[in-house]
Amino acid sequence: MLSRVADSLYWMSRYLERAEHTARLIDVDLQLRLDQSPEAGAGRWLRLLEASQVPPPEDGKIDAASLTHILTLDRQNSSSILSCVVAARENLRQVREQCSTEMWEQLNRLYLQVNSTTASEAWLLHSHVFFRAVQEGAHLFQGVTDSTMSHGEGWQYIQLGRFVERTDELARLIGTYFGRLPHPLDQAVESEEYLEWVGLLKSCAAFEAYCKTYTAEIRPLRVAEFLLLNPEFPHSVRFSVDRVHAALIAIGELTERKAEQPVRLAGRLCATLSFSQIEEIMAQGANGYVDSVRWQCAQVHTAIQQVYFDYSVESALVS
Amino acid sequence: MNPPEPLTLFRPPFRNYQFDAAYDEMFKSPGTPRAHYQALFQTLLELPPEELRKIQQAADLSFLHQGITFTVYGNDEGTERVFPNDLLPRIIPNQEWRKIENGLTQRITALNLFLEDIYHHGRILADGVVPRELVYSCRHFRREVRGLTVPRGIYVSICGTDLVRLPDGSFAVLEDNLRVPSGVSYMLANRKVLKKVFPTLFRDYGVCPVDHYAQALLATLRALAPANSSTRHEPKVVLLTPGVFNSAYFEHTFLAQQMGIELVEGRDLLVHDNIVYMRTTAGLRRVDVIYRRVDDDFLDPLCFRQDSSLGVPGLFNAYRAGNVVLANAIGTGVADDKALYAYVPAIIRYYLGEDPILANVHTYLLSDRSQRNYVLEHLDELVVKAVGESGGYGMLIGPHSTEAEREDFRRRIEAEPRNYIAQPTLGLSRAPCFLDGEVQARHVDLRPYILYGENVTLVPGGLTRVALRRGSLVVNSSQGGGSKDTWVLRA
Repeated sequence: MLSRVADSLYWMSRYLERAEHTARLIDVDLQLRLDQSPEAGAGRWLRLLEASQVPPPEDGKIDAASLTHILTLDRQNSSSILSCVVAARENLRQVREQCSTEMWEQLNRLYLQVNSTTASEAWLLHSHVFFRAVQEGAHLFQGVTDSTMSHGEGWQYIQLGRFVERTDELARLIGTYFGRLPHPLDQAVESEEYLEWVGLLKSCAAFEAYCKTYTAEIRPLRVAEFLLLNPEFPHSVRFSVDRVHAALIAIGELTERKAEQPVRLAGRLCATLSFSQIEEIMAQGANGYVDSVRWQCAQVHTAIQQVYFDYSVESALVS
Repeated sequence: MNPPEPLTLFRPPFRNYQFDAAYDEMFKSPGTPRAHYQALFQTLLELPPEELRKIQQAADLSFLHQGITFTVYGNDEGTERVFPNDLLPRIIPNQEWRKIENGLTQRITALNLFLEDIYHHGRILADGVVPRELVYSCRHFRREVRGLTVPRGIYVSICGTDLVRLPDGSFAVLEDNLRVPSGVSYMLANRKVLKKVFPTLFRDYGVCPVDHYAQALLATLRALAPANSSTRHEPKVVLLTPGVFNSAYFEHTFLAQQMGIELVEGRDLLVHDNIVYMRTTAGLRRVDVIYRRVDDDFLDPLCFRQDSSLGVPGLFNAYRAGNVVLANAIGTGVADDKALYAYVPAIIRYYLGEDPILANVHTYLLSDRSQRNYVLEHLDELVVKAVGESGGYGMLIGPHSTEAEREDFRRRIEAEPRNYIAQPTLGLSRAPCFLDGEVQARHVDLRPYILYGENVTLVPGGLTRVALRRGSLVVNSSQGGGSKDTWVLRA
């Protein structure tokens, strides 16, 4: 497969994952606000911006409308939902002959829908409908991809992009919550605090799955364990890293480059997560841990770039 | 010269079908269809107009969903537009097709011999059949490839020739496209849709298939593989596209997909030790044959235009070294120069000793003083074309022009006479089209595609281009043209 094509598929998938993640964050946040006093929710704006890696406005003034605009329809912000969907489509358009017609049509539909949405619709009238539609559009694309594209090398790059992006997003989001740790970690939380932690779980689409595992009693330690280390839940860090590793092993076999750097780095990260104990992580500082996960994830990304997409000609000619 | 009063048929859906001096593809005389159009004529009379409209909508939708689009230049966003398709097939009897096939085979053979000659010994120039200065002053003549031998001596392996039908019913060649002819994907897409919407009619007519075009193209490209190619049985063939912003990008993706070859951009390729490689996830892979859809000028910034970012640095040296083959070869544009076109009948006679099977359209060479004077006096009757342009750009259509436009062309011709030719305004033949809920007559041309590898192959059919605007004679897609399916009959 051409490096450029693999690169486009990888980034297409990353952008779409990011759009879906941002849509879910805002959707959950807006729902949560309905149950909270305005003061209680104020701090969460900043956290939302931090989790989306958008610098807060210089005058410090943040309100719901401007924030939603920045994260949703702002073309200047390269990680707004609109920018991400546009970038995903542009990437796929450049490799159209590689994907199935159904995939192209689905992504095109999502693009047309997001692109024709105005701010008043997204924010004032049907915020929930809009953000839900973005999530569903992305889910549908994944389903269509899995059932219409052969699960060969190209498909593996799509997997890779999605789960590299997801690992990074989850780690970043978890970091913003455990940065302050006001509460005894291993006790059930109540009222306002409760809503915050439920918000985190819902932002990872994890509330129901958490309840099935630990019941509806919310303890920060268990939330952390679930989101970081659960091997079965698709929006946990451990699960995402496992998928990255699996995709890299498959790509290594398909390209006959088995022992390359990306697989080793991803394997190390997998091992770290599968042998970690949540108590130890918390004792050493959750923030340091998620930072290390993100740093290793970034290394995996760089290694993928160097080995598969953007290798130097000299090294390729030697082998 | 005014066209005779249009006659009309007073039967729906033909109420507004107009006749003029041009040849009519469907009707022998007003109301009497030609034998090979009889079945279509009957179908149109019997089908209720709503039914036809529904079929047209189904066809339109099918094009939209498949994303069969082209890009219109001169627009900020590079708008993607669906290429308009007309529902009614253009039907060509087998006997007429045979003549076209023979004529085009003769022509591509002669033009290839001509190219080989002028890039080597130049016999035809020494013999004074074609003026030396005409060849050497052509913008597309490439001194860089003089003395270079190409595989099998084939310079033009993919060609799309524009034919028009003259008022007497004979076909004539209007233009040879020997550089990077486009449009073949529309021929295939039109056929796919028409088979869906007119299955019975299609079967009853006995139409020659065109679906094997991609396979024939691949075989042609493989036949050109260099002797030292990486794997002798399966040389690596790729399609080089200028990228997603090119107007024919859809066609590039389509052909690559149909042939099962890689679609590459300049940045995917690199040259080391005069070998061309493509950059894949599994490392560098050697490339043997490049079906390039990039013009000569942009192929290699080290050799041609330095500001080109579409090409591959070093490609030309790899080509000279014989390690990679380009199809079409570099420098073929000299043979489709519009001034050289006038000499093609002489070229055919010179190399093959045969009379041309397909006629040329009469052409005035403006570098000749007496011809130029005649043309300048008759600008309002003639069509003037810039010799190096294509796609309907840089054209003056005398009868449809304004005084100011004619003045502009007069100045341009006097400044650079070698750069222009003139031809009589042709009465392009008319074919029935389904427009605004009824059948109307529009002017059409025909572009068959010729492949030259191990031997010459023509897929029976081609792209029939339609001037959708009433009375218009310009069929180019960039100028508001559309297309329709072309049915060549088995018998």
